[in-house]
Amino acid sequence: MSGVEGAVTEFLQIIQLSLGVSFAATAIATAVALPLGSALAVVDFPGRRAVVVLANAFFGLPPVVVGLILYLALSRSGPLGLLGWLFTPAAMIVAQALLAMPIITALVHRASERAWARYGDELICDGASRRQAILQILAIIRADIITAVLAGFGRTVSEVGAVILVGGNIRGATRTMTTTIALQTSQGDLSLALALGAVLVGISISISATVFALAGRARTAGSDET
Amino acid sequence: MRAIRIAAAALALICAAPAMAAGKSIVLASTTSVEASGLLAAILPQFTARTGITVNVVAQGTGKAIDTARRGDADLLLVHDPEAEQQFMDEGHGATRRQIAWNDFIIVGPDADPAKVRGGNDSVAALKAIAAAKSPFVSRGDKSGTNAAELRLWKLAAQSPDALGKETWYRDIGGGMGQALNAASAMAAYTLSDRGTWLSFNNKGPLGIAIEGDSRLLNRYDVIELSPSKHAASKLDDAKVFADWLVSPDGQQAIGAFKVGGQQLFVPSASAPR
Repeated sequence: MSGVEGAVTEFLQIIQLSLGVSFAATAIATAVALPLGSALAVVDFPGRRAVVVLANAFFGLPPVVVGLILYLALSRSGPLGLLGWLFTPAAMIVAQALLAMPIITALVHRASERAWARYGDELICDGASRRQAILQILAIIRADIITAVLAGFGRTVSEVGAVILVGGNIRGATRTMTTTIALQTSQGDLSLALALGAVLVGISISISATVFALAGRARTAGSDET
Repeated sequence: MRAIRIAAAALALICAAPAMAAGKSIVLASTTSVEASGLLAAILPQFTARTGITVNVVAQGTGKAIDTARRGDADLLLVHDPEAEQQFMDEGHGATRRQIAWNDFIIVGPDADPAKVRGGNDSVAALKAIAAAKSPFVSRGDKSGTNAAELRLWKLAAQSPDALGKETWYRDIGGGMGQALNAASAMAAYTLSDRGTWLSFNNKGPLGIAIEGDSRLLNRYDVIELSPSKHAASKLDDAKVFADWLVSPDGQQAIGAFKVGGQQLFVPSASAPR
């Protein structure tokens, strides 16, 4: 495992896994959070307030607690042990999705609530069904959705407590940027850890910039059509 | 819709990662010392090249590693706490337990040496002097093999863990070996370390070796195969291939050949009497 080439390959693998896991987790969380967050604003159902309070409270869900609960659940002696997901990327994706979901849900709900207060009566007068209303609201708040999804992605890509527990920080299999930084620090390679940290921040910035650039272009294109 | 497409792309990305390529693999629950010292990274490629079995190392403190194996989440165990290992065997979780190598613990401390212990080889007298001088001492406090060894030494120095916990100079950091060394380096404190992690550690700061060469500082590593009756779901056959390789002449040679800065870190000892 010596040689610059091997180190670069390993480093790229780590970045690939980090981003892959975080993208997948964010996508899963988004797929649940968009309809849920919007429905919480549009549809009144028993327990709605409780869900909203929970989603907001879970903003601060400690990753290590999520990791521990998931660890116990996915353990071979736990209820989901048969899946064989512990110490695999699948477990990391689930953990991060659970962490991102409340954030995206709460942010989407907040934006939806404002949009619903403003356009809700109109939508009802137009005879929109609940389903249509939710889709309309989501279309109206698409700029806020970008912020919400990026916030969720930020949570997943920066997180270390949960992925190290359920992933196990296995070299070449479940080692991400954050767990590598933790490992380098524990080996006293502080400068290497710091360099990796800089790469992580750089990647986060470029992803955010790319998304906003794409969103800006989409908005311009959209206004041409209308 | 877009979210689904992104998810699919991300999953494809993960599946494309070469490390996840199909093939035989086992999960080895092991200690931070064999991972952080670089030993496993050095010898595993030789084993994988020979057998096609990938060894996925989950490096934890010995206490946690044993617990991981007990829960059935590992296929093989490589640890260094004789008492905890014996208990694991007594509970019927282990099938065979074989020594593969040893190295030694050392007490490291700051150059200023406030307890005046540098240069000796009596670890128990040194701990007594550290306690008498109330010099800062960092404890792993994580139920690792090193932590267990440290507490055994303190017991010999007539100090109980409970009494130590009340002392302000005794700093229980609840972390891995590297974290403990980072903390000791920052606080100019003494701590017990395995020699492997110490030699490959790059943030020594004011620290140097204070005590070494005491027979009570012996640190032996055992590989434990799991019992088929309690761990039928584990990949015991592939695990056995790796355990057998570790004690084979090939494996022993690989362990002995591992060096950091020209220094051998582990002494192969598969043939040593128990």
